Amino acid sequence: MANNIIIVIIVTSLATYLSRFLGVISAEKIKETSKIFRWFNCLAYSTLAALIARMIIFPSGSLNEVDYFIRFIVVFLAIVIFYLTRKNLVYPTIFSGIILSLFNFYL
Amino acid sequence: MIDKKYFFKGFKSIKGVGSPAIALAASFVAIGALLKSLGFTVQESIFSTFLTYALPGSLVMAESMLIGASLINIFLAVWLVNARLYPMTVALMPLLIHENQPRWKYYLSCHFIAVSSWLIMKDNYEVIEKENRIDFWIGIGTATWSVAILATVVGYIASDFINEDILIGLAIINPIYFTCMMLSAMKTTQITLSVILGAIIGPMFYFLSPEWCILFGGFFAGTIAFFVGEKNGK
Repeated sequence: MANNIIIVIIVTSLATYLSRFLGVISAEKIKETSKIFRWFNCLAYSTLAALIARMIIFPSGSLNEVDYFIRFIVVFLAIVIFYLTRKNLVYPTIFSGIILSLFNFYL
Repeated sequence: MIDKKYFFKGFKSIKGVGSPAIALAASFVAIGALLKSLGFTVQESIFSTFLTYALPGSLVMAESMLIGASLINIFLAVWLVNARLYPMTVALMPLLIHENQPRWKYYLSCHFIAVSSWLIMKDNYEVIEKENRIDFWIGIGTATWSVAILATVVGYIASDFINEDILIGLAIINPIYFTCMMLSAMKTTQITLSVILGAIIGPMFYFLSPEWCILFGGFFAGTIAFFVGEKNGK
């Protein structure tokens, strides 16, 4: 390990806090009724959607080893459960974790 | 200082049917196990989640350390992957800023901005009067942040028992939670379009640049959704 772990952690946290900090500075001048606020609202939701889609379609970690088809089935079933349970978030999340582990173990 | 009534009201968001606790815990358990495999001590792992509290950033940090990247490269890579926090902060803070509240609360509590806490706040802010929203937000942030730190410790300690099958199960939980939260957030034309276009255009940009696809895809998708929504009366 070339770098000291504590310094790496501090560098990582500064790089992360920077975006949050600049966000607050910009937000001080933006009214919640303004057009620019609505634009940023759209940007925030679309960026999150892009991030989530990437996590599922092009995962970086261990999910990569799971077949596309299985991943999509699990996402689809979880969404169905979400609506069947009247938007309960606990059931679909637990279900997806267990079912994917089992799929991966047995298939 | 902080109004306890609203703080605890926010803190309780980790309970109940909409709880983010499982999703958050699943991903930070995986982070704890990953940091241990990288040679972190348990204190360093806690310190990392305590100070960063943003999942993709911690993952990039881990990847960069594995390839022995320089500090400046780590800074840039983490900044890039967490730059989405900027539009998220700008889209949240104007809802919380109130003249009767001290500025330090905003600069300190922006540390709590992460996908799950942000989505919970966006879902609930309307039921809280504007003056009290920041204390409510600090409650949500403290709760979700504590879950993340605790889960990091659990993952670190349990890493010997976490095999590949469990890791894969843990990895899907967070995207599923986010997907369901996004689906329930789709209440206006602008947000619905932003989410759908973001989920399509973001991955498309992956073929051009894996590093920039989220920011580029998000920028195009969000801007299109904004103009379409403005034209059709939101």
